[in-house]
Amino acid sequence: MAEESDLDRRSPRGTADAATGEAAVSPAAGAAGSTPHRELGLTDAEFELICEKLGREPNGVELAMFSLLWSEHCAYKHSRKLLRRLPTEGERVVMGPGENAGAVSIGEGHAVAFKVESHNHPSAVEPFQGAATGVGGILRDVFALGARPIAILDSLRFGELDSVRSRHLLDGAVRGIGHYGNSIGVPTVGGEIYFEAPYEHNCLINAMCVGIAKRDEMVRAAAAGVGNAVVLMGASTGRDGIGGASVLASAELGEGDEAKRPTVQIGDPFEESKVLECCLELLGKGLLVSLQDLGAAGLTSSAGEMASAGGVGIEIDVARVPLREAVMEPFEIMVSESQERMLAVVEPARVGEVIAVCEKWQTGAAEIGAVTGDGRVRIRCGEETVGEMPVEVLVDGCPLYDLAPAEPVGWIYGNEDVLAERVAAVAGPDADPAGPGSTLLALLASPSVASKRWAFEQYDSIVGSRTARRPESADAAVLAIPEADSAIAISIDGNGRRVACDPYAGTVEAVLECAQNLACAGAEPLGLTNCLNFGNPEKPAPAWQLDRAVSGLADACEALGVPVVGGNVSLYNEGPEGPIYPTPVVGMVGELPDPNMAAPSAFAGEGDAIALLGPFEPTLEGAELAKLRGELGAGLPQPEIAAVAAACAAVRDAVRAGVPASAHDVSDGGLACALAECAIGAGLGCQVDLQHLRERGCSPEEALFGEGSGGFVISGDRERLEALAGDEVDVLYLGKVGGKKIEIAAGDRSLTVTLSDAGRAWRSLGERLDVSP
Amino acid sequence: MLWGVLQFPGSCDERDTLHACKLSGDARLIWHEERDLGKVDAVVVPGGFSYGDYLRAGAIARFSPAMEAVAEFAADGGPVLGICNGFQVLCEANLLPGALLLNESMRFVCRQLDLIAAFSGPGPGKSCDRPLSIPVKHGEGRYWAPAEMLDAIEASGQVAFRYAPGQNPNGSARDIAGVRNEAGNVLGLMPHPEHAVDAMTGSTDGLRIFEGIEPLASSAPANG
Repeated sequence: MAEESDLDRRSPRGTADAATGEAAVSPAAGAAGSTPHRELGLTDAEFELICEKLGREPNGVELAMFSLLWSEHCAYKHSRKLLRRLPTEGERVVMGPGENAGAVSIGEGHAVAFKVESHNHPSAVEPFQGAATGVGGILRDVFALGARPIAILDSLRFGELDSVRSRHLLDGAVRGIGHYGNSIGVPTVGGEIYFEAPYEHNCLINAMCVGIAKRDEMVRAAAAGVGNAVVLMGASTGRDGIGGASVLASAELGEGDEAKRPTVQIGDPFEESKVLECCLELLGKGLLVSLQDLGAAGLTSSAGEMASAGGVGIEIDVARVPLREAVMEPFEIMVSESQERMLAVVEPARVGEVIAVCEKWQTGAAEIGAVTGDGRVRIRCGEETVGEMPVEVLVDGCPLYDLAPAEPVGWIYGNEDVLAERVAAVAGPDADPAGPGSTLLALLASPSVASKRWAFEQYDSIVGSRTARRPESADAAVLAIPEADSAIAISIDGNGRRVACDPYAGTVEAVLECAQNLACAGAEPLGLTNCLNFGNPEKPAPAWQLDRAVSGLADACEALGVPVVGGNVSLYNEGPEGPIYPTPVVGMVGELPDPNMAAPSAFAGEGDAIALLGPFEPTLEGAELAKLRGELGAGLPQPEIAAVAAACAAVRDAVRAGVPASAHDVSDGGLACALAECAIGAGLGCQVDLQHLRERGCSPEEALFGEGSGGFVISGDRERLEALAGDEVDVLYLGKVGGKKIEIAAGDRSLTVTLSDAGRAWRSLGERLDVSP
Repeated sequence: MLWGVLQFPGSCDERDTLHACKLSGDARLIWHEERDLGKVDAVVVPGGFSYGDYLRAGAIARFSPAMEAVAEFAADGGPVLGICNGFQVLCEANLLPGALLLNESMRFVCRQLDLIAAFSGPGPGKSCDRPLSIPVKHGEGRYWAPAEMLDAIEASGQVAFRYAPGQNPNGSARDIAGVRNEAGNVLGLMPHPEHAVDAMTGSTDGLRIFEGIEPLASSAPANG
């Protein structure tokens, strides 16, 4: 509730009413004796540190800027030390963490740039605009490098589907993503959606963008060249999103979210499409020294970070910033999060040419400042200096905190047995809730497992003419890169429930899942981006989850030889009932020689053999079935990373050689669900026997519905599949493709379901969202 | 055969269209401010969100200098193909009958589906004796016209394409996916033939549409 009153005082309208200059941040404007730095999210100790480093108290403009750049969102003050564990170097790395996005080389003088970023808190308040501007922001990060965006993927988390709030958030987020991506002409080629109660109040909206660039046209964000001009391009600056970073991204959500609506930004994909084309033309003509997008904390962070990266100073005259509203205070201009803006450093002699290109694209351009040699960020309003701070204090001076992690005792989230009701919903009231066939149908209809066609049909997945594998046709999205006579595969994953069971093992599994998805497409991983969505790091349990997850991420990347080239951290994701499931979302990009090589997920032909490849030893711990039974608990088996990596390599080579006619990794819902998905996609049944898996020590139920890393369902010629077995890779023959039934022999849990029943269950998401299929 | 592909701020599919046109000739982009189309043999108004599609899809683009030139080109018998947003623009410009409304589902839809050439005699897409597999992707693609106009365009053979039975993705009247003008030289359709010119991305049936435009160009009076 305290937050709510803070917000009222800081809302744009409140500021305008006060009309007293630095109203919202000067001590005079607050309640008598108030401490504005606290209202802006700075601790007393941080405020004292600022005073000490400046040798005086900051004025209102400076305090507003400090509060943003010293927020968790910009300074990573609770995560930066942990992130040092991640491997960031590799032969193919062109740009690593610290740039607008990461980039890896794909030959022929080209690079692929990519990054994933969160827009969780804005989306929980206003899902359509929150998700839309999340897409807009990640697109800007990629074209800021000089890369043309060629693909978007999304990773979404909501509460259970039977919650009205969850359906509202899902609907708004999917519309918002579609609105922005479809309108700007960048295909949305993949993604994933999970529904879990701990996300009820705090949904997660993570968007990933992938772009392609000529290496010699790429540009860094570092400002350079004392005397060069600073040019603000794109949309004009308004009062939208003021305080978004510090208010929305760095505090827990709770009561009074409605009052936060004025701080959510509004997106305009048309404006961004013009800015995108304009920037790429400017970079193609070599007219820019450096380029940076304006995201969280607006001009404050982009100007500050450009100066910091370049080791120079920067001067901004807010009177020269084109405004949407007649009167805006200097601090408002500096912290506005109006969308679709870019900041460029330009040699003075080329400013005219830059402005001419902007005019062609009918987008704004204004010279608002200059690069200086004094290492200071100076904010002027005409002739008057309204703020001046050393760059190193403003951008890099925020103290970094050690976490105080403590492993919680047992399972800290809820459990609810819903299996009987889920079985009744999908198989009718007479179905046996304990029967293996009805259990399979309930799992296929479980919203996290079910087909996401309802969502991805709302996205343009084909614009750009690169999409060789559309959503749900293969385990990874596959895009042709004719510029480099190559192709890429992209996957995004992160099962928060399993990370909640064991943050280390669950995060390793997320990385392995991406690697397995890429292997099915015949792709070799080149680099990884991640978004760490966690609860309040100042509390011991979320701190422990974060600490363990980062170690898991580091170890898995190290073992697979995949560098982390960029990422994002979103903390304080909590609702009234506690933290979200800890959710590291991993996005991985790999390369394959030919887009046509990628294997489909679905079976390909009647009579083909079906085999299970890899070190798959499933258990029910953390599985979708354990969730439906209300039997979740702490702990997961530790994945054998090296063995899974060997299986990935075997599958990748086999797919490239055209050995399997289909390849699909075993994931949510276990082997029975994986087999059913292969069958439904093909319109072909299967007859398999899991006896061999039981010889690995699995119970029939574990063989059917248990989960774990390392399993691939492949189909094709039996001899050629079995020949894939080697010293490090097991291949088990399971059975055959054919007929119109899914028949799985698993001892006393053997099951048979018709293809049409399975398909109806798996494709039931749309009708449950009350829309036409 | 030289194709001209219009490019508005907010166009999305102009590069894909350019690529598709180049499979059957030469092609160049025409910036929306160009009043002179040059010596093009056929014009494509591509998909996307011209000028952001604010106000109403296609409502602003019809007033662009390039569209003024396209109207003259069409009046002289030059072949014009409008795809998705281009179809919307041609309807707004009164070069084609009817209008495109918000999808019945109120949602954007991206889906591969089957298209049937509905007119008699030769023309784009007609050379194929089976349905064409071509994707749609739009939020405002529900074809609508008053019943009398629908009867009239059906009678005059102006209904160019229908969605295959049971595959109407947007609630279009009488399953109409594309229409022609009375003279037959202006064609608009919601599905995207430029996204069906390569087996790698799913289908090559879209080539039949582009190939079908070529004879129209040779029979039209020389432009420019």
